[in-house]
Amino acid sequence: MSSLTRIVRPQKRPAEAARIPERGKSKLGYWLYFIPGAILISVVIFYPIVRNLRLSLYHWRGGRAAEHFTGFDNWFALFHDSAFLQSFTNIALVVVAMVIVPTLVGLVIAAALFDVVGRRFGGKISSLLRATYYLPQILPIAVAGVMFSWILKPNGDGVLNQILSGIAGHAVTVNWLGGQYSTAIASAMVLMIWIQIGYPVVIFMAALQRVEPELYEASELDGANWFQRFRAITLPQIRPEVFVVSLTTTIAALKVFAPIFILTMGGPSKSTYVPSFYAYEEFIKGPDKGYAATIASAITIVVFLVAVIFIKVQTRSERKDA
Amino acid sequence: MSAIATPTTPITRRAAGTKHKKRPRTASEWIVLTLSIVGALLVIAPMLLLLINAFKSPSEYANSNPLELPHALSFDGIRAFWSGHNFPRALWNSIFISGMVAILGVILSVLNSFAIGIGRVKGRTWLVLVFLMANLVPQEMLFDPLFKLYDKLGLLSNSWSVIITFTVIQSAFGTYLLSSLLGTFPKEILEAAAVDGASRFRSLRSVIVPILRPTLSVLMVFFFIWTWNEFLLPLAFLNTSDSLTVPLVLQQLNGERQTDTTTLIAGTLISIIPTIIFFLFFQRTLTRGITAGAVK
Repeated sequence: MSSLTRIVRPQKRPAEAARIPERGKSKLGYWLYFIPGAILISVVIFYPIVRNLRLSLYHWRGGRAAEHFTGFDNWFALFHDSAFLQSFTNIALVVVAMVIVPTLVGLVIAAALFDVVGRRFGGKISSLLRATYYLPQILPIAVAGVMFSWILKPNGDGVLNQILSGIAGHAVTVNWLGGQYSTAIASAMVLMIWIQIGYPVVIFMAALQRVEPELYEASELDGANWFQRFRAITLPQIRPEVFVVSLTTTIAALKVFAPIFILTMGGPSKSTYVPSFYAYEEFIKGPDKGYAATIASAITIVVFLVAVIFIKVQTRSERKDA
Repeated sequence: MSAIATPTTPITRRAAGTKHKKRPRTASEWIVLTLSIVGALLVIAPMLLLLINAFKSPSEYANSNPLELPHALSFDGIRAFWSGHNFPRALWNSIFISGMVAILGVILSVLNSFAIGIGRVKGRTWLVLVFLMANLVPQEMLFDPLFKLYDKLGLLSNSWSVIITFTVIQSAFGTYLLSSLLGTFPKEILEAAAVDGASRFRSLRSVIVPILRPTLSVLMVFFFIWTWNEFLLPLAFLNTSDSLTVPLVLQQLNGERQTDTTTLIAGTLISIIPTIIFFLFFQRTLTRGITAGAVK
């Protein structure tokens, strides 16, 4: 069972099992252990959240300038701000690149590595391949971004353009990152897919290990082909992992920052903005820190909502199973 | 996950088992293997391209195809990056920051989860969610208030600004994972320790932590690597050339217009190497950790 659901519905134990015989000590003493954690999380997490939510109700140029209370003006402005709306539309594409494609392709790769490569060609080859797919996950995203921006340089300088020129037989001079919106966002999506792909592969392969091999062998004897087994056994068995992967990658997609910062800086002309990058730009260069705080608060609210909805859906579907 | 009934009898299992080993590999199985290898090659292709081009001299790079191997090994780019961009300093900063976060983050996770999992304090479900918020909140929410706070405290461009921040963020995940683990900690062991007169802190230090050691080391590896890879908050908090981390140095180099491409490529390759070494060392721990973290 996924640990997320364990948190929401903590395992029930008989009351006496929880007791540890301790002479005259109350549970109150355990609160002492929270002191460092509570202080730190208040300063590092809760103070900024409260501060930004409050600031979203003000106009403030930053520095020593006075703060002007404006109520929900910033929030109304947000919904008419084409840059913000564009940044949120782009999130749909980021979800495709960080959630949908990696989960689907990861399922196929994991099944292929586990079911065919691991079983028929040996575990060594399959774990080597698994490690290769996982490698981009542990590279610093900034470093991966610099690497891709080198490959995707425009005109004849770009590695990709040079390779394509060699194949095509004539000069290819696409400006992958800056020319137009479609190639810029597509390039960023390729980078995100490349980074993400190994994560579902590793999780799904571990999940498959948990599935009883007898299930497969029995179905094979019954004459089921690979695809039928995949649909009837693999998918239902690893549903909890599919859920966890989609939850964590969706949240990561909502917060995505570095690939855009390194590759396109939001360009050409603000078209590849994502909300995180927009908030960052406004905090750094914008005329109104209150507005920057509003963008950041909006992202935070969406992230929390998505997490709550996901967990609710999961809890319900597990209850149905039970 | 719901329990699965296994509808197999020993007879079919044995039959299937023997059948499996004797069957020769089919053509479609070879195709699947080939495709998996091609996919893996595509994944490491950008790094192979780096490797091929990082050792070319600027003039050779300008005159050759990126797919060609270098004719002579040139270390110009690597030398220029290593000394010109204060790379050793950045490497040390990254190691110090990530190492401190790994240690402090695990200590904080253990303290929190001890109260939640063993102490079973009231409202523990909510407490876990509260701590988990640290992991959910987008970093641009923290960026401006913390920038001002660290500015006041004189911690800007000081490794500790990043260490404090990420100790809290990483320990959110650690608290979450360890709380559910400690929730099922065998009570007989704790009872035995209590009978022997051990205090709570003593049982934590001498009984629980040693038993948890494998999980704690997995957490440490992850905290280290996650912190190493962080970008946005270090970018905001670390502004002097002495305080930069490895990703920041590379990003800065990337932004400079007059940079030689060969220096940039060599720099990228060097920035990847510590991660690859770490990966080779902890490959097994990593795969164990990803799965322990996501799904139990």
